[in-house]
Formats: sequence, C-alpha cells, structure tokens
Amino acid sequence: MSGIAMPRPDAGILARAPQIVAALREVLPEDAVIWDPEETRAYECDALTAYRCPPLAVVLPRTTAEVAAAMRICHEMRVPVVPRGAGTSLAGGALPTADSVIIATLRLREVLEIDTQNRFIRVQTGVTNLSVSAELEPQGFFYAPDPSSQLACTIAGNIAMNSGGAHCLKYGVTTNNLMGATVVLPTGEVVELGGPEMGPTGLDLMGLLCGSEGQLGIVTEATLRILPRPEGARPVLIGFDGAEVAGECVARIIRSGVLPVAIEYMDDVCLRAVEAFAHAGYPDCAAVLIVEVEGSPAEIDHQIARIREIADALNPVEFRESRNADEAMAIWKGRKSAFGAMGRLGDYICLDGTVPVGQLPYTLKMIGELSRQHGLEVANVFHAGDGNMHPLILFNANKPGDLERAEAFGNDILRLCVDVGGCLTGEHGVGIEKRDLMTKQYDGPDLEIQMAVKDAFDPRWLLNPAKVFPLDASQPWREEAAAR
Amino acid sequence: MTPDNPSRAGLSPASEAELGALIAERFATCQPLRITGGGTRVETGHLPGDTLSTAAISGVVTYEPGEMTLIARAGTPLDEIQAMLAAEGQALAFEPADMRGVLGQGGTPTIGGVVAANASGPRRLLAGACRDHLLGVRFVDGQGRVLKNGGRVMKNVTGLDLGKLLCGAHGTLGVLTEVALKTLPHLPDRCTLGFHGVTVEEAVAIFSAALATPFEVSGAAFRDGSAWLRIEGLGPQLGYRRDRLLALLAPREAELLDDAATVDLWRELRDLAHFAGADAPLWRVLVKPSDAPATARALQALGGEASLDWGGGLVWYCGPGSPQAVRQVALHATLVRRGGLTGPAFPPEAPAVARLSAGLRQRFDPAGILNSGLMDR
Repeated sequence: MSGIAMPRPDAGILARAPQIVAALREVLPEDAVIWDPEETRAYECDALTAYRCPPLAVVLPRTTAEVAAAMRICHEMRVPVVPRGAGTSLAGGALPTADSVIIATLRLREVLEIDTQNRFIRVQTGVTNLSVSAELEPQGFFYAPDPSSQLACTIAGNIAMNSGGAHCLKYGVTTNNLMGATVVLPTGEVVELGGPEMGPTGLDLMGLLCGSEGQLGIVTEATLRILPRPEGARPVLIGFDGAEVAGECVARIIRSGVLPVAIEYMDDVCLRAVEAFAHAGYPDCAAVLIVEVEGSPAEIDHQIARIREIADALNPVEFRESRNADEAMAIWKGRKSAFGAMGRLGDYICLDGTVPVGQLPYTLKMIGELSRQHGLEVANVFHAGDGNMHPLILFNANKPGDLERAEAFGNDILRLCVDVGGCLTGEHGVGIEKRDLMTKQYDGPDLEIQMAVKDAFDPRWLLNPAKVFPLDASQPWREEAAAR
Repeated sequence: MTPDNPSRAGLSPASEAELGALIAERFATCQPLRITGGGTRVETGHLPGDTLSTAAISGVVTYEPGEMTLIARAGTPLDEIQAMLAAEGQALAFEPADMRGVLGQGGTPTIGGVVAANASGPRRLLAGACRDHLLGVRFVDGQGRVLKNGGRVMKNVTGLDLGKLLCGAHGTLGVLTEVALKTLPHLPDRCTLGFHGVTVEEAVAIFSAALATPFEVSGAAFRDGSAWLRIEGLGPQLGYRRDRLLALLAPREAELLDDAATVDLWRELRDLAHFAGADAPLWRVLVKPSDAPATARALQALGGEASLDWGGGLVWYCGPGSPQAVRQVALHATLVRRGGLTGPAFPPEAPAVARLSAGLRQRFDPAGILNSGLMDR
C-alpha cells in the first residue's frame, strides 16, 4: 500500500454491519445485496489497482426506486456510499472504504427510448458506452463521447467523470452530450434534471452534476444527445523527427480552420512499444500524429489535402494516407493498442493532465527532463488537439519503493501541467489520485465554495468519501456534517 | 422596457479587487445590488438596490487562435471580441443574439452578460450553447470572495464545474469578472435554403429530415410561413451539402440565399427582428421539437405570433396571453420581455430541484443581495 491516505473506517459502522445489511435486504431483492467477504472482494478496487479495500456491502439495484431505497437506508443509518459504474476509473474514483456500501449501476441496463426525430436516446445508466452507439447504428445515429474504455465503461461512470475520448475535439465531452438525468440524491430523494428540451431554464444543476465524481448524487437514467453518423472518416499518419515540430503542426492545423475529429499524438517510447506489440508498421521517428477527418469522399480528400499542405511545410519524415478501410484500420491499430503495448513493458501509471496546446512542446521537453531526474521511463500518447496528455510512467510494482517513485514523478508532471496554464485532469477525474494536488490548482476559497456545493447536495457528507477534496480541507465540513 | 428606478446609485468598480470590496461591504450590511453587464439582455429594472455594472472591468486578457482560446474580462464589449476573432477567421460558435432591438434598450453588450445569460443563438443546434464553450470563470460571490473555477484548457474535470452553474445564473450566484471561452473556426462559405408557404407542422418535418443527415445544418428556423435551413462548409462541402439536402427534400421547391443574404437573414432571425420594436410580452419556450407545432398553435390561439428556432426546440411567442395561460401550454416558458406583465419571469422548478437551487443560492449569496429574486420569485 502506498502514499495516498484514506480515512480510518468508523468502528461504530463496522459494528453495525449486520443491522445495515439486514436493513438493505429488507428493501431490496434477495440477490441485490452482497456482503459475503468472498464476493465483496471483487469490488475492492477500480482500475487504479494499487489501492484496494473491500466494502462493507455491495448493492446491485435494477431500478431507480431500488437505488433510492438503498440510499435512504444509508442516509438514515449514516453509512458512507461509494457509487460505482464498471469500475474502470484510473483515479480511484470508485475505491471503497471498509465502512462503506457500494451502490453499483451495473444492473441498470435498459434502453428506455430512442427518438431519432428529436435526436435523443434515454437509457438506464448501467449500459456501456459502446452499446449505446451499437443500439443507434440501425437508425444511422451514434453517441459521440468515446473513452478508450468504451467497451466496459458505463454511462453512469461517464457522467460521473465527464468522460471524453479521441473524438471530443469535434463533438465535445459527456457534458456537451448529456440532455437530462434522473438523479438519486444522498437522502434517497429522486430528482429529474433537464430532459429532451434544450434547457436549462433555471440553474444548470445537470451541468454541475456531470463530472462531480459521485459527490452529489447517483444518476440512474440519462437522456443523451445523438448525432447522425458521418458518411465516412479517414485518418492520416504524419511522422516527425521532433516533438516540437509535431506540436507546431497541431497548432497550425487547428488554426487553419480544418477541424479534424481527432488529433492523436504518440512519442518514440510509445511507438517502439507499439511496433513490438502490434506491428502496425509505424515509422521509427520522434513523434507521430494521427489526424482523422470526416465527411463524403470529396470532403475528406479536400481536408486531407489541406492537412498535407500544412504538414509538408514542416518537413515530416512521413505522411501516410489511408486509401481504404484496411489502411485506415492499420493507422489506428497501433494507437488503439498503445495501452496494451505499454502494459507489456511493465506496470505503469497513466496520467491525464491537460495543457494549452501551445505549451505541448515545452511540456514534453520538461517531462523528458523529469524522467531523467526520477530515473523512470515515460511514454507519451495523448489527444493532442485539445492538449489532454496521457504520460505513462513505467515502473516495477514488485520493486520496493518503485510505485512511490512513480507517484512522485507523476505529481511533478501534474504540477508542471498546472504551471503552464493547464489542469490536473482532463478526463479521468481527481478521485483519490489527485485529491491532495487540488491545492496546487485551487486556492483555499476556490475549494471552499466547491465543498459548499457538495454540502448543499450531501449535508451528511456520506457520498463517495475521501475523493476529490484534500482530507484536511474537507475535515471541518465532515465534522460539522457528523454533528448535524 | 421596464422603467428604471431613478433613485438608485450606479456603481462601476474598475477592478476585480474593487468589486470584491464593494460586495463584501454590501454583504455586511445586507444591501441588495442589481447586477448588470451592458444592461442589454435581461430586464432587471424591477429589482431592488443600487446598480452594479461590470462594464469597467474590461479588456481581453489573452487570445490564442492556435489554441482556440479566449480569455476576457467580463465587461469587454462583445463587438470588440467578435471583431478580434473574425480577424483570425474564428468566432464564438454559439452565436449570441443582440437583444437590444427586442428589449428596446441602449447600452453595449458585454461578454460577461453573454455568459451570465448563457446566451445562445441559432447555431446552438449544431455547436452547443454558451455553457458548452465556457472553459473557466473568475467571479465574486455574495460575500465578496474573489473565486475561480475551471481554467483555459479544453478538457478539464478538475473538481466541480462551477462555470456551468454561473453560466445562465444571471448574476444571482456571483458576479463574473473574467471568462475563458473556446473559439472555433468560422466556416468561410454559407448558404440558406428557404421553403415558403409551409405550415408549422411542415416546417418541423423539414427540420427533422434535414437534422437526421450528417450535413451539419447550422440553423433551422421558422417564421411567417417560411422555414429556413442554414448550411456552412469548407471548400467543396457547401455545394455538396446543399445538393444532397435539396435532393432529400424534393419535390419541395427551395429558394437559395447566397452568402451575404444568409448572413443578413440569420442575424435577423438570431436577434428576433420580427418581434423588435413592439411592446407585447415575449416568451421563450423550450420544447421537444416534435411538440413545437402543437405548442406554437396553442400559443397563437391566445393571440399574437410564434416563431421557431433550433429545429423546433425553441418557440418564441409574442402576444397578450396571460402568464397562467402560457405556462399551462408550456412548462419551460421564460418571460423575456415583460410588456407590462408582472410575476415571475422564470418557470417554477419542481420542489426538490427548487430546494437544491435554494441551497446553492444560500451558499453563494447568503445575504441574498445579488439580483435578488430575479430567478426564484
């Protein structure tokens, strides 16, 4: 176990575990409550696997009413609740505490309504991201946010984290595609926010809720904006012999008025790993950009010609166009296997800071220097169009002290991101991972007002404890809440 | 236009720090303030207190076209920003309207006012609302605390997104002092297809068909028996999209408007030129597009006229219908121009939502001094 502290479990709650489980079983179906330690162990961590702790119990509701019933019990008995989607958070957003009840959205799997005339889909939030687009395919529509975990991750988790993905340069992230939400508040009360209308008319509570990392409520149903599928899409691959010139190319493409759907960046460390793993046939160079454009064949040709013009002025080592679907797939193959390829090199921490696009070259250079200082290798693969970096720090989990060194290196990178005008996290969330760095980005009063917002929704401070806010900053709030 | 109270003082602090000190003092003495930017967007003449304008907290802080990012102080005139962006071939894609004609007001629209009102014009259909382009804010809360949230980068999930709350809160949660916005390339070529002599039902059918295509229709509005579709593009995109849409909607005949006529028409549609210069109450009604025809007809039955934007998702109603009658037809109706009507301008919230909103107001503005009662009474 490593450097990030979690609060000591409440002995009083642990002692009341049988009563808590009994109360939950009273209001929920037989198979919806899990408390056998053999079974709760499956929920002890999310994708930040260095941190583990089995919860007191796990609740697997099938309806909004069941979520509300479980929340009400936990509220009445003052038991912390950890909301969980598919558990793919890389930031520890779904890490339980020993005295908490997990409420998981996994069994909320119904597609409730598809309305192409009004361009929305309404789903229960346990459906996976990819299955939403799959549902829409026969109608010629799709759901735009596409986080790389889209096969597994659920809409509930996407909303909690305001997830993005490769194509958000053009289509925006979850908050830009969420129209309505059914929310269970910490008290167990159910509220409807937004809907199929293009609101809001009052305060944008749904906008506040999206990306709130389970601090304010659990979203059980969502109305999502859907888009007509583009006629076609084609990527190009551009290789450069330096990170700086690749960064310059990104800025020039954006400035030109061509708005690609995605601009992805991979550095040499990543390229070599990917080559060894996926044999994608990538050039051996300092940096590769994958730029994807959409439209009819003629529109695509026109946009690619503009991109080629921009790239040629910067002397790329290679400019590879895809002429057909197979070649397009070959260009994406390496990028899509990047995380798997890195996994073969050893353990890694995946960071998620965002920097202004103009600061990309400087940031990459500084990450290289930090890598030498910390004596750990780092690979960079990220969404360059919006400056959302994903440095992967390689370490050996079996080597004592290596995880701590990797975490220290990661924290230095995130501080760097803030120093150049960026932020700690672009799409993974703060979770526990970046909780204690929040004071780097925000001053005391900036955090106080955020905690005041949490307090308005969750007056007992039971939802997703010890996430997002530094423990010492939230302590007075939690103490006051406990006294209420 | 609501007559202003001549006895109130006009305050216009020159800096964020000065604004913070001023609000702290008003907080201590519980004296309400009527918050405005340029005073062109929302009728606040009926609110209590001295007028606090952000107009003097002005100036562009940074504009990086290669990063599609603009940071400006709240009082910066919208015109100045739009000219600066246009020089780089970019724009605020959400196309905020100029409400001066409709509200019969002078004054200079500010970027802070745009954000405070979440002002979003016809292109919201394609590009999203102002709130979708807001990257970060600086603001002063009801205690006089100077606060910040978000930042200047396009992807940011660090902490709670308070920008979304401030955007559209009309100054009731805090007074904006600085906003960071995403800018987008202004597509160089545009045209409009006009379908004349159509009913409101036919108009929405045209919109739904066009908006189910991948041709990125950037405007879909209806007024006076004409349905309009705006198409934009780069290079060969424009002609291709135009021809495909004409083929899809055949055998309907369409009038084709060129670039200059398109710019003029959509400025008029955006600014509601057809409802300007009148005194009758004006309502902004949000509906599911397929409900727009029935809603428009029910509102017109109360007297007056209705027009549509956002493919039918937005119904504008200008007429003498009573608030009670309008709200009976449309749940999400906001009174934009009072035209002599009294009572709440914003639609009532469900009790549980109203409790959350009240809880937030209590924490952002504990003394209830910022545009007190504008949204919740």
